[in-house]
Amino acid sequence: MNIVVCISSVPDTTAKINFVDNDSKFDENGVQFVINPYDEFGLTKAILLKEKHGGKIIAITVGEQKVEPVIRKALAIGADEAIRINHTPKDSYTTAYHIAEYLKSNSYDLIITGRESIDYNGGAVGGMVAEFLSLPFINACNGLNFSDGIAQITREIDGGKEKLSAKLPLIIGGQKGLVQESELRIPNMRGIMQARTKPLSIIEPSNIETLSTSVKFEKPAEKGACKLVSSDNVGELVSLLQNEAKVI
Amino acid sequence: MSQDLYQAPDYFLMDELLSEEHKLIRDAAREWVKKDISPIIEEACQKAEFPNQIIKGLGEIGAFGPYIPSKYGGPELDQISYGLIMQELERGDSGVRSTASVQSSLVMYPIWKYGSEEQKNKYLPKLATGELMGCFGLTEPDHGSNPGGMTTNIKDMGDYYLLNGAKMWISNSPFADIAVVWAKNEDGRIKGLIVERGMDGFTTPETHNKWSLRASSTGELVFDNVKIPKENILPHRDGLGAPLSCLDSARYGIAWGTIGTAMDCYDTALRYSKERIQFGKPIASFQLQQKKLAEMITEITKAQFLTWRLGVLRNEGRATTGQISMCKRNNVDMALKIAREARQILGGMGITGEYSIMRHMMNLESVVTYEGTHDIHLLITGHDITGESAFK
Ligand SMILES: Cc1cc2nc3c(=O)[nH]c(=O)nc-3n(C[C@H](O)[C@H](O)[C@H](O)COP(=O)(O)OP(=O)(O)OC[C@H]3O[C@@H](n4cnc5c(N)ncnc54)[C@H](O)[C@@H]3O)c2cc1C
Repeated sequence: MNIVVCISSVPDTTAKINFVDNDSKFDENGVQFVINPYDEFGLTKAILLKEKHGGKIIAITVGEQKVEPVIRKALAIGADEAIRINHTPKDSYTTAYHIAEYLKSNSYDLIITGRESIDYNGGAVGGMVAEFLSLPFINACNGLNFSDGIAQITREIDGGKEKLSAKLPLIIGGQKGLVQESELRIPNMRGIMQARTKPLSIIEPSNIETLSTSVKFEKPAEKGACKLVSSDNVGELVSLLQNEAKVI
Repeated sequence: MSQDLYQAPDYFLMDELLSEEHKLIRDAAREWVKKDISPIIEEACQKAEFPNQIIKGLGEIGAFGPYIPSKYGGPELDQISYGLIMQELERGDSGVRSTASVQSSLVMYPIWKYGSEEQKNKYLPKLATGELMGCFGLTEPDHGSNPGGMTTNIKDMGDYYLLNGAKMWISNSPFADIAVVWAKNEDGRIKGLIVERGMDGFTTPETHNKWSLRASSTGELVFDNVKIPKENILPHRDGLGAPLSCLDSARYGIAWGTIGTAMDCYDTALRYSKERIQFGKPIASFQLQQKKLAEMITEITKAQFLTWRLGVLRNEGRATTGQISMCKRNNVDMALKIAREARQILGGMGITGEYSIMRHMMNLESVVTYEGTHDIHLLITGHDITGESAFK
């Protein structure tokens, strides 16, 4: 089974978020980048599937040279080869377009994306790649198994679960549950050494226009100071909520 | 211990001096420590037990003989990678780093540098995975800072050597499968030899009741007419310079390691000071606490660059014993002072096992003594710059 895992490079969850250029651009200064956590679940699932069914794992990313550490880490964790499409991802459409364009001339059975990337939370790339390639797309998967070559999938829906089955080739959007957090792998030394010689191909993208542009980002309002009201002063609490916080 | 929220400080963006692979290796070690060391280390220390379940993981992250060539099963990394792994391990616990240091620099290093091809092939690959564990016997009850005075000795019996004597304060000795032991021959020349567990007359009693490095196991090596096959002698170097060159490698690892403990203490104290409210304000807002924190990050940053430079020199084969001594001494002292100050920032909480600081502080009392005491390193620097030895 050839499994393609789409990897996006995102700021570490502990990074301080700031914007520059009139709040239109994320300030990358001093920020550590990591594999998008949802993609890491996908990559780990791919490794488990490969261990069971054999095959090859191709990690693909759209990004400039600076995202290479993240894709190299994917190789160290267990991907067999990596593709970097040399383009600054600006919207979901161009990212999906480039991935699909590469996949059109290459073979795959299963494509795994994350349900969304934790930076811009677009959640659109998987669906768009599916559209470009005319494939089924199942998002927010938290379980995937194969019986007789048919994918048996569970996905989260509001307040419950849905079970689906689908034929390959197929695109899924993964999240926690696809594998457990305890199954995530830390690159070991053998993996890091092997990653030195695994192929990382750089592909120049075709020239296409973005369909949307980020104009401005706004951070949530700072948390206000906390006011303590004594428990025998309910009247004051109600008055504060009504007049100061204006929530009742 | 409460949840490990560690975030490494990097005030002068030293990361930009590291290669992509350095960072991958460092981050893998960092993640491993968070996952496999932080949750268990406090209990191991409280119980004074070496957590032997971590051996396999240490092998997997490349902590055993990072610079050993791949043909002997090692990862063949450079000296900066080795240092970064030690930094992350000691961020977790100095005892864990000690176990890895001994295995790497004091057991694998002498076998690699001074051993025969047969010895290298026999021991190094298994030491690299942790399938075999080793220890290093130099210090004796009556010869600590002055190892050249050792009395442990070998006698040539024709087919074999007869080994007699005792070593003390030996890390990993209670469970080690092999010991690299330094002993004098009939001519008073120091030789290295590999002693295997199970040899008749060889015992390894454990040293109990330590208040420091409690998660690392320490013991003696006692040799009572132990027959050592001739092929167990390290053939390619003898004299005191042989064990001292191993110490150079280990001390270099300690220099990096103690930056890790200092960073952990600083990070813990910084976070705590922002959350702890007294007199209606976070204690981080008081000048006295800021002075402590500001001085800590200054000292950490200075140590980082001194040590990074030492790593570059070691990669080029140019680092001197004097430079390594200076760096080990400076960094351990820096870490010890930071641990003490950081502990005070946490007030009463600082003495509990909820936080790592007091454990680091107690561990560092060993680190400032072993591999050459704080005083001895000063004398090494003094000797180096004046040409006058003040040892005797
Ligand atoms: C936890 C732990 C683990 C260890 N692991 C190992 C190991 O794996 N293998 C091994 O071989 N050893 C090991 N050691 C031993 C360690 O290296 C020695 O303890 C160290 O070298 C100091 O020797 P000593 O304890 O005999 O102190 P001493 O040499 O007796 O020193 C006592 C004091 O006198 C000072 N002093 C000594 N000579 C001079 C001088 N000329 N001028 C001025 N001051 C001087 C010292 O600085 C020190 O303050 C370990 C020690 C500890 C505590």
